[in-house]
Amino acid sequence: MNIVVCIKQVPDTAEVRINQETGTIIREGVPSIINPFDMHAIEAGIQIKEKAGGTVTVITMGPPQAETALRDAISMGADDAILLSDRAFAGSDTWATSFTLSKAIEKLGADIIICGKQAIDGDTAQVGPETAEFLNIPHISYVRKIENVSQNGIRVQRLMDEGYDIIESSLPVLMTVVKELNEPRLSSLKGKMAAKKAVIKKWGQSDILADENDIGLKGSPTQVKNIFTPEARSGRKMLEGKPEEQVNALIQELREIKCL
Amino acid sequence: MPVIVDIEKCQGCEECLSSCLFDAIVMKEGKAFINEYCQVCMACISVCPEGAIIEVEKEVTKEIDLKAYKGVWIFAEQRIGKIASVAYELLGIGRNLADGLKTELSAILFGASESEARELIKWGADKVYFSKDRIFEKFNDEPYSQLLTSLIREHKPEIVLAGATPIGRSFIPRVAARLRTGLTADCTALEIDKETGNLLQIRPAFGGNIMATILCPNNRPQMSTVRPRVMKRGQYDEGRAGEIINVKAEGITSRTKVLETIKEVSDITVNLQEADIIVSGGRGLGDPRGFKLIEELAELLGGAVGSSRAAVDAGWIPYRHQVGQTGKTVCPKIYFACGISGAVQHLVGMQSSDIIIAINKNPEAPIFNVASYGIVGDLYEIVPLLIKKIKETKGI
Repeated sequence: MNIVVCIKQVPDTAEVRINQETGTIIREGVPSIINPFDMHAIEAGIQIKEKAGGTVTVITMGPPQAETALRDAISMGADDAILLSDRAFAGSDTWATSFTLSKAIEKLGADIIICGKQAIDGDTAQVGPETAEFLNIPHISYVRKIENVSQNGIRVQRLMDEGYDIIESSLPVLMTVVKELNEPRLSSLKGKMAAKKAVIKKWGQSDILADENDIGLKGSPTQVKNIFTPEARSGRKMLEGKPEEQVNALIQELREIKCL
Repeated sequence: MPVIVDIEKCQGCEECLSSCLFDAIVMKEGKAFINEYCQVCMACISVCPEGAIIEVEKEVTKEIDLKAYKGVWIFAEQRIGKIASVAYELLGIGRNLADGLKTELSAILFGASESEARELIKWGADKVYFSKDRIFEKFNDEPYSQLLTSLIREHKPEIVLAGATPIGRSFIPRVAARLRTGLTADCTALEIDKETGNLLQIRPAFGGNIMATILCPNNRPQMSTVRPRVMKRGQYDEGRAGEIINVKAEGITSRTKVLETIKEVSDITVNLQEADIIVSGGRGLGDPRGFKLIEELAELLGGAVGSSRAAVDAGWIPYRHQVGQTGKTVCPKIYFACGISGAVQHLVGMQSSDIIIAINKNPEAPIFNVASYGIVGDLYEIVPLLIKKIKETKGI
């Protein structure tokens, strides 16, 4: 079984703070981590390998420093890693990112592809399904339990708003996974040694035979027009005084707008 | 239009490094260098004291005929034959966009009954493309994406909106990939750019810490998924006329099979998302018993109980009450935030509530930035008084 896990190195958005005066993000001291959902994807890949045999290859697209994330994945138990890094990939939106990943996965050949549900910096959840479409294979989103895996196919639970669905798919298939699926393991000492020694393959545009019009900024239909911090609500009233006066004022206000 | 550094001008002052949200600027041999993480947000351009960071024009490789695309479409998802409420919200915003562009609004409905299709017209659709084929009864990505893709290819709408729900976020990306067009996830506001007629797609990014405006200028349709319970429904008109167009599902295939759909909803989650009034408690309660007070106020007002992530993480209240980026997005008429400081993660889940009442000891708490009414004080003093006064008002 060839298992490919797609991961992304992201800034830990939980650590991001806003400078209230300037309205800008305080980026300093925010660590780069493997996207938390992708940790569960790596764990799922390793568990499938342990049960059904095969190899786990992790891939990521990003700048050279994303190599750290790949080494971390190897230390958890992944066998191989590929870094998709090329100036030509710069400025990719979800369309171009998915296209690039799909070209790399095509070259690798895969039976099962696993991604995290979404990345915590972009929160789009689009790269998994788009990659599956480019590969012309089915996908299953929000997998919360893998019930059965064999050469013939896979049966999983898909988390939905009002419960879950039980879904069967043929292979190859792409899954995006949620946190309920598993508990990512810590790296072992042996894993850390392997990660240190591992040779990370670097692939660029020419390695995956991608047309320049389909990758990077040129291949991206969407553009970021601008970025801003959310505005404060206008017309705020602070209710002053002793607690009793504050409460009376609130009740008065709510009555006036007929909310009480 | 990539952003690059003119290394002749760059003095290596490193001012730009901290302006980058994406960690895309690194120093190389004493000069700034923009790497593959660049999202072209242009935040760094104004920061550079030397004017060394510049935007270079993007060549448009293949112009598609943008004018051939007309009309606004919304995808109306159904669950167990009933249209989801997000569809009516999409009709609300879709109607505004269509009127602004002086064009038609159409809804797409798969796998429900024709009476449901008529509801979409009453809520603002001019046309409904409708398939009652049984293959669409249960949500399955491949059949849904195949039929929607072929309908878009045939009719060429300029805008396609869907709910940012588990359904919309799962299959709409396949459609956008196939159509070679852009898709913006989880939008919280949509507007038409008056100059260009392009759709301005506004969404939170970076865990809700910032907002981004996204464009899809050279490809059509412009596609977005829209966060539920953020947009307002449109006007309901019982007598509204519209056309229902039956579409045939031919040649639809699927390699996945939905064997079973299991319901697991708790009444609380439903209440939270449907409630007109929500009373939420946070870390400031200091104690799980504080939720007794929150519950009492909620019950008195006929509302639901919510919470911040901090209170859930502390184990004071179950996760299903959590409001925010990693919990539920809510949009009640009145939202009480008691002892909630207002981390961005919480704000993105409740800031579109009609009225927000914040009660907090700390006058600097960010929750006051989004509040309609702010009370600086001890919630253990304020809330019991409030309960007493409301009881008096109601004559209880």
